[in-house]
Amino acid sequence: MASAKPTLTRPASARFVLVTLLLALLINLLPWSGLAKQLWPDCIALLLLYWVIHQPREIGLGAAWFLGLLMDIADGVLFGQHALAYTLMIFLTQILRPRIQMFSFWQQTLYIFGLLLISLVVMLVTRLAFGAAFPGPLYFASSILGALLWPSLSMVLRLRQHRKPRTDDTFTKLTNK
Amino acid sequence: MIDVEPPPFFKRGLPPTVRLAIFSGLALILMVVDGHFHYLNTLRNALAIVINPLQHGMNAPVRLSSKVGDFFVAQGRLKSENADLKEMQLLLGGKMLQFQALQAENAQLRKLLNAKARYTQRTTLAEILYAGRDPFARKIIVDRGSLHGVLAGQVVADNIGVIGQVTRVSPAVSEVTLITDKEQVVPVQIVRNGLRAVVFGNGESGTLDMPFMSFSADIQPGDQLVTSGIDGVYPPGLPVAVVSKVERNAAYLFAKIACMPSAGVDRQRQLLILGAVQNEPAPARLPEPIKAPHGKR
Repeated sequence: MASAKPTLTRPASARFVLVTLLLALLINLLPWSGLAKQLWPDCIALLLLYWVIHQPREIGLGAAWFLGLLMDIADGVLFGQHALAYTLMIFLTQILRPRIQMFSFWQQTLYIFGLLLISLVVMLVTRLAFGAAFPGPLYFASSILGALLWPSLSMVLRLRQHRKPRTDDTFTKLTNK
Repeated sequence: MIDVEPPPFFKRGLPPTVRLAIFSGLALILMVVDGHFHYLNTLRNALAIVINPLQHGMNAPVRLSSKVGDFFVAQGRLKSENADLKEMQLLLGGKMLQFQALQAENAQLRKLLNAKARYTQRTTLAEILYAGRDPFARKIIVDRGSLHGVLAGQVVADNIGVIGQVTRVSPAVSEVTLITDKEQVVPVQIVRNGLRAVVFGNGESGTLDMPFMSFSADIQPGDQLVTSGIDGVYPPGLPVAVVSKVERNAAYLFAKIACMPSAGVDRQRQLLILGAVQNEPAPARLPEPIKAPHGKR
C-alpha cells in the first residue's frame, strides 16, 4: 500500500501542476446532468488539496482564489462563491498540512472529506445568504465521493514523482576500465 | 520529502492570516458587487467568450456518443415512429386549416377594433447543450446566442408550454432560467374562470407554487393555467401548469396551492425561443397611491 511516509520523491514541475489543474478544469466543464452532476466531486478542489499538501510553495491561497474565480465564470454562478470557498479550504489545509502528511493516503481521506465538506458548506451559506433555495441533502454527497477518490488520485499523481532519474553510469564506466 | 522549509527568519512574504484576509475579502467584495449591484454582467459576458469554446469542446464527445446511439436505432422503431408522425401531420394539417381561417378572422376583427397586432412571433429553434452546473439554480444552457438574435428576457417554450426565460446571453450560447427556479415568476390566468394569479418556482423540479391566493378563491385541482400576458414579457395564452393540489386551512389567510408544470421542463431536448413582445402599448402610468393618514394618537 502506498503511503505518504517519507519516501524520496522528486518534486513535480510547475508545468505538470499547471497541466493537471487545467485537466481538472476541463473535467469540471463536462456537461454532467442529472444525478451524476450532483455526485461528481469538484476536481479542481481535489487537485488544489493535493498540490497544497505536496507542493505548498507552488500552490497557495492566490492560486486557489484564482481557480475559484475561473470556476465561478465557468459555472455562471455568483462571482466569488468558489473563490471564497477554495480560499478558506486551502487556508485550513495549510494549517493542517504537517498533520495530514503523517498519514497514509487512506487515512487522509477523512481529512479530505472534511475539507471538501467545508468548501461545500461555505458555498451553501453564501448562496443561501443571497436568497437561493437549499438544494437538498444530496448536495453534500460529492464530498464523500471526492474523499473516496482521493487515495487513487494521490497514487496516480505520485507515480510521476516516483520515476527514477536517469541512471548515472560514470561509476560503472570507470570500474570497467 | 526533500521539501525543505526555510527557517522563519527568511523573508517569506505576507503572513498566511493576512493573505487569507485579503483573498476572502476580495471574494466577498466580488460577491456583493455581483449579487447585490449586478455590476459584473458585462465582465461575465466577456469572460464567457473565452470559456465557451472550452465548454463546446468538452461537449463534443458527449454529443458524438449520443449521435452514434441515434444511428443504431432499430428499423422497426423508426417505421412505427414514421407512421405515427404521418398520422399526426394529417391531424395537424386539418387543424392548421382551421387555425388559418381563425387567424384571418381574428385579424379582421382586430382591425375592426382598431387594435394593433399584439406581437410578432419570431421563433428560434434551440437545442439544450447541458444543464447549468450551479446546484442552487435551475438553469439550462442552449446553443443559440446573441449571434442568432437571442435577447435576454425572451420566453422559452416547447410544444406543450412555457419552459422558462432567457436570462443571460453570450455570442454562441445563452442561459435559460426554468420556471421551476426559485426566483422565477410567471403571471397566469385560470382557463376555467379567467382568474388571474402569479406562479412562483420553488427550486424543486416538477412543482410550482401559487401563493397569495385567498382562502376562498375559486381554484380546483386540475385547473389549467395559461400565461395572462399582462406583464408584457410572456405572450398570453401559453400553457404553464396544472393545479395539482389545493389545501385550504382556515388557520391561514391564504390557500396553499401546488401546481405541476405542463411543459417538459426537465425532459425536452429541443426548445423554441419566442420572439420578443413587440408593438405593445407603453404601460399606462399608475396613479399616485393615496397616502393614508397614519397619525399616532
